[in-house]
Amino acid sequence: MKIHIPSPLRVYSNKQDTVSVSATTVGEALSALTTKHPELKKHLYSDEGKLRSFVNVYLNDEDIRYLPEKDATRVGEQDALSIIPSIAGGCSPHGGLAVRSARRAGGTGRTGGCASRL
Amino acid sequence: MATTLEQPGTLPALNNNEIARYSRHLILPEVGMEGQQKLKAAKVLCVGTGGLGSPLSYYLAAAGIGTLGLVDFDVVDESNLQRQIIHSTADVGRPKIDSAADKLKALNPYLNIVKHETMLTSENALDIIKDYDIVADGTDNFPTRYLVNDACVLSGNKPNSYASIFRFEGQASVFATEDGPCYRCLYPEPPPPGLVPSCAEGGVLGILPGLLGVIQATEVIKLILGKGDSLIGRLLLVDALGMRFRELKLRKNPDCPVCGKNPTVKKLIDYQQFCGITPEPKAEEVNGTPVQNGIPQMTPVQLKNRLDNNDNLFVLDVRERHEYQIANLGAKLIPLGDLPARVGELEKEREIVIHCRSGARSQRAAEFLAQNGFAKVWNLAGGILKWSDDIDPKLPKY
Repeated sequence: MKIHIPSPLRVYSNKQDTVSVSATTVGEALSALTTKHPELKKHLYSDEGKLRSFVNVYLNDEDIRYLPEKDATRVGEQDALSIIPSIAGGCSPHGGLAVRSARRAGGTGRTGGCASRL
Repeated sequence: MATTLEQPGTLPALNNNEIARYSRHLILPEVGMEGQQKLKAAKVLCVGTGGLGSPLSYYLAAAGIGTLGLVDFDVVDESNLQRQIIHSTADVGRPKIDSAADKLKALNPYLNIVKHETMLTSENALDIIKDYDIVADGTDNFPTRYLVNDACVLSGNKPNSYASIFRFEGQASVFATEDGPCYRCLYPEPPPPGLVPSCAEGGVLGILPGLLGVIQATEVIKLILGKGDSLIGRLLLVDALGMRFRELKLRKNPDCPVCGKNPTVKKLIDYQQFCGITPEPKAEEVNGTPVQNGIPQMTPVQLKNRLDNNDNLFVLDVRERHEYQIANLGAKLIPLGDLPARVGELEKEREIVIHCRSGARSQRAAEFLAQNGFAKVWNLAGGILKWSDDIDPKLPKY
């Protein structure tokens, strides 16, 4: 099945906008994706292994959070997953090169302020 | 679903000149006199007069919106003109809000423009929004998007016509209506700082906010008229390169902290903190050298002097390949994103000066190297832009 990779994450998928994987469930498909492209894992999942909540995963046009079986939902060849991250058109404060899971708990993101031009 | 805003008991009349101006609307069954009067009665707040705000406010003005509020505190820069079409070359250096207001009034003198020359903050957002029926969010950063969303919900569910762009892709929807989802239903948490580049870092196809801004304006007008199927509960995805439009379902989250059944966010919060942004630490000085987050800062003049002295400095450029082609200092290029994988190409004992376009990415690179055992790392403050200003004006700035 195909997984659509959004622009901000293509740097971690060898610039591909679609990745093909073999899987029988949504969870397996995402697992296959992060096995193929390990750099994607920390951007999609927290250290505790949960999907980050600024990233939404859609099976065809439905958010998997609202599917009765969530990531255990079965998938077929004709299905497609889409990863939809939040984009703001925008401003990027300074930050580390790696995603920080401790962001909220006094995280170390730094910024020149969103209105500043880089 | 068509949604109509609550309208005042009597709608404002249109004079003969307005009837002539809006004739192409009036002869549409979906608009007619009543629809045009609804547009005239409407009060819409445009947050931002940049890439999205330009087409958005232009088309709302053309359509005959009665009152248009504009929020912007920025000044027109030449690099804006690749996409912010409401501003012109003659406006460079002027406040965007004045530039935008002039053009909108020239297009439609019947428009009542209210200028809010300020940053939208938790302190002023509710007070500003209360005078409007609909908000159109044309901002460019995560903290303000969450702020606008929360303020719209807390203001009695004022619809928020939303669009956002990145490079050549965009999203559009309508948030914060009573029965529909809000922005937090889709994105409960913002991404960590630094994950999504700004337009200055990542670039943006100039026409893209044009496409999305007009979609936003269309949704505002449909809401006012109560016609058509609005984007409430729908996320429109636009891929300009493939010219593909997709649609995903958006659901209202019953557990949403702002618009759910048991909201926990009942007043506006500190959105910078929410997005993980801490204020920039004050620049320190160590032995007369400015230092930021432990990294000493070198000016282009100092770098030039040291290079002319044949000092044993290694200069590293962490921009992208296509930027190197625009202008470069002849330094070794390792794009920032590749640095972790290619750090072995650098010698830990060397004194390394890192530069990028303006000094932000190189600062991050320097901090990364310092954390990985590189003892003598400098950041070139101001980047290649400052080098062009101070050393070599023939070097193009971009």
